[in-house]
Amino acid sequence: MSEPIRIRAQIQGEIADIRILMQHPMETGQRRDENGQTLAMHFIQLFTVKLNGQLLVEGQLNTSISKNPLFAFKARGVKAGDKLSVHWTDNNGAERQDEMTIA
Amino acid sequence: MELRRKFLKGGASAALLAPLLGTGLLVPGRAWAANEWKRNAFTARSSADALKNLGIAAAMESRDVVINAPEIAENGAKVEVEISSKLPNTRSLLLLADKNPMPLCAEINFAGAALPYAKVQLKMAETMRIRAIVRTADGKTHVAFREIKVTLGGCGG
Repeated sequence: MSEPIRIRAQIQGEIADIRILMQHPMETGQRRDENGQTLAMHFIQLFTVKLNGQLLVEGQLNTSISKNPLFAFKARGVKAGDKLSVHWTDNNGAERQDEMTIA
Repeated sequence: MELRRKFLKGGASAALLAPLLGTGLLVPGRAWAANEWKRNAFTARSSADALKNLGIAAAMESRDVVINAPEIAENGAKVEVEISSKLPNTRSLLLLADKNPMPLCAEINFAGAALPYAKVQLKMAETMRIRAIVRTADGKTHVAFREIKVTLGGCGG
């Protein structure tokens, strides 16, 4: 079971700072465990960020993105009560979607 | 034509995934991830090959693409890189770490109310140059480079 995506937004005047923490191992497939076994590649490949259901940011990632990566984006005209949702899909086909309402 | 290709592609993958549906491993509602992961570009072993794969020939170096990153990163497993574009109609951003085993790190597309800005955390294998490539609505590409010294590499074990 995947861990929730943490979404924060802070409105400063016209512009909102959006911070997204995607909890994921982001395993490169190059590391080995203590028994010398290669740890299988496991990483987020696709993500989308939506504001009130409208696409804001859409991205594709590689194994070279850090474990439990934090992202920051900016958007204009975001108001209290708006809904931000984030969705990801990893290389195993697992998905996760979380939503928050801006205070 | 384009629509038909997408339709066919969607049909094929649905057929392939259908046997997995019953196992509970896959849940319907994959419409979210409308885009397919650009495998060939992401698994390319050099920045040149990755860019060739994405159809980017020569990006013009631009001061309007700004990379904000530490000069020295103590831990290559988490290097925070901030990119912003001052170019009007910026549509997408590519982030590459030239000496990583697979240099292409991320592709980010901006839509709607999003500003052309992103902060991303990268793994960096060693001291190297990173580059940010911005694509504008007219299809032109603009690039900025930045050298980051890495004390402890962040890829292997």
